[in-house]
Amino acid sequence: MQHRFLLGTRKGLFVVERTVHGWRSLPPHFPGLQIPAVLTDPRDGAWYAVVHHGHFGTKLHRSADSGRTWTEIASPAFPPKPADAPDIRCPMRGVTIPWSVELAWCLEAGGDDQTGRLWCGTVPGGLFKSDDHGDSWSLVTGLWNRPERAKWFGGGYDYPGIHSILVDPRDPTRLGVGVSCGGYWVSEDDGATWANRSDGMRAAYLPPDQADDPDTQDPHRISRCLAEPDVLWCQHHNGIFRSTDDGLSWKAVPPPEPSGFGFAVAAHPIDPETALFAPAEADVCRIPKAGRFVLTRTRDGGKGFETLTRGLPLDEAYDLVYRHGIDTDATGNRVAVGSTSGGVWVSEDGGDGWMPLPVRFPPVLTVRFV
Amino acid sequence: MWGTGIQPLMVTVHVTHHLRREGFEGPWQVAPGSLRQVLDALFRSEPRLRSYVVDDQGRIRKHVAVFLDGQALTDREHQQVAVPGGSEVHLLQALSGG
Repeated sequence: MQHRFLLGTRKGLFVVERTVHGWRSLPPHFPGLQIPAVLTDPRDGAWYAVVHHGHFGTKLHRSADSGRTWTEIASPAFPPKPADAPDIRCPMRGVTIPWSVELAWCLEAGGDDQTGRLWCGTVPGGLFKSDDHGDSWSLVTGLWNRPERAKWFGGGYDYPGIHSILVDPRDPTRLGVGVSCGGYWVSEDDGATWANRSDGMRAAYLPPDQADDPDTQDPHRISRCLAEPDVLWCQHHNGIFRSTDDGLSWKAVPPPEPSGFGFAVAAHPIDPETALFAPAEADVCRIPKAGRFVLTRTRDGGKGFETLTRGLPLDEAYDLVYRHGIDTDATGNRVAVGSTSGGVWVSEDGGDGWMPLPVRFPPVLTVRFV
Repeated sequence: MWGTGIQPLMVTVHVTHHLRREGFEGPWQVAPGSLRQVLDALFRSEPRLRSYVVDDQGRIRKHVAVFLDGQALTDREHQQVAVPGGSEVHLLQALSGG
């Protein structure tokens, strides 16, 4: 089991460790700065942090010594916009989608045999690739130049964004990305060409005749079962969906109690039937239903759900969990969840029971086991 | 004919103290020119500063303010305003948000 996790918050990066006295957090790295994404690279142990300055843009930092020292490295950057590249306007609001990195929103490592390979998903929807541990980045033009991108729009931020990158552990040249709002896109040739795989998802925020359009789906977060990589779980804006064929088809899961709305999902890394969710009441009311913060878990592929409450606040808790706010360790036994109210809870038994951290954290943006 | 020892007037560029923690102190002396030329000269000596002041398309970041001798500049994209020798440029945060 893993004994440490990182908390990227609105105001710094915290390391949380399991000690003989329980889980304890250390003083933050990058205090006061927004940390929307972190990565701990299983191949070489390097840590990466996206550091977002409100005024000065998104930067990336890398540490080779578990956070003792950090080095600022290159940030993803769009190449100069070609003169003949058309301006794309948001189909919902008419504003021009920027040709510029607004935010680095997620980071993932490539395959074991892809030394130095990293992927970075950004707002406004550009996917970037590095083959030198983040010293340089290049835009994945095969996705950025897809004509369907003109149908994407913002969800969570003002512009479209890539929040989930799912590298296939069987073959890292196969990968998928989740776009809010643009659906689930898959490449089988290391990012050269892309196809949308969102069949079965449904959007209730569009006119009914457009509800099935794959290019305007809002998968809030997509998570893969690493032991059975064809199994994907999606917490969508309009409910929970599951795929057992690597996204070729998606099936809606009957909504659990208290709600099927939420942002985060964590697939169990070993058991393809198990996944965890953090529900909010509805998209028009993004707080826990009746002020009762609970998590939900299915262990039968989504046919039924348990409402997890043991160790969570009894009432009067308005914690909301963002997209990257749940993570499990490699066993699936240890689970950590962090909220925008700064609440953090850890489970050591796959979610049966939870222990709160005795800290009032800044709003939590991302949780990741080391 | 200028006498020997007389230097052409330089531009002085200051940055907000918010960037000190990132390792940028200033002020710096750079040759006059257009604002873009002044900034490019600054970024040649402080290459890491570039991405803090301008975005990946070379525009002044939307939450950064540039003052030339006390006047806020508005040409964020082309930066063609003339910055004469002896002037003072301040690169500041444009207050917004929280």
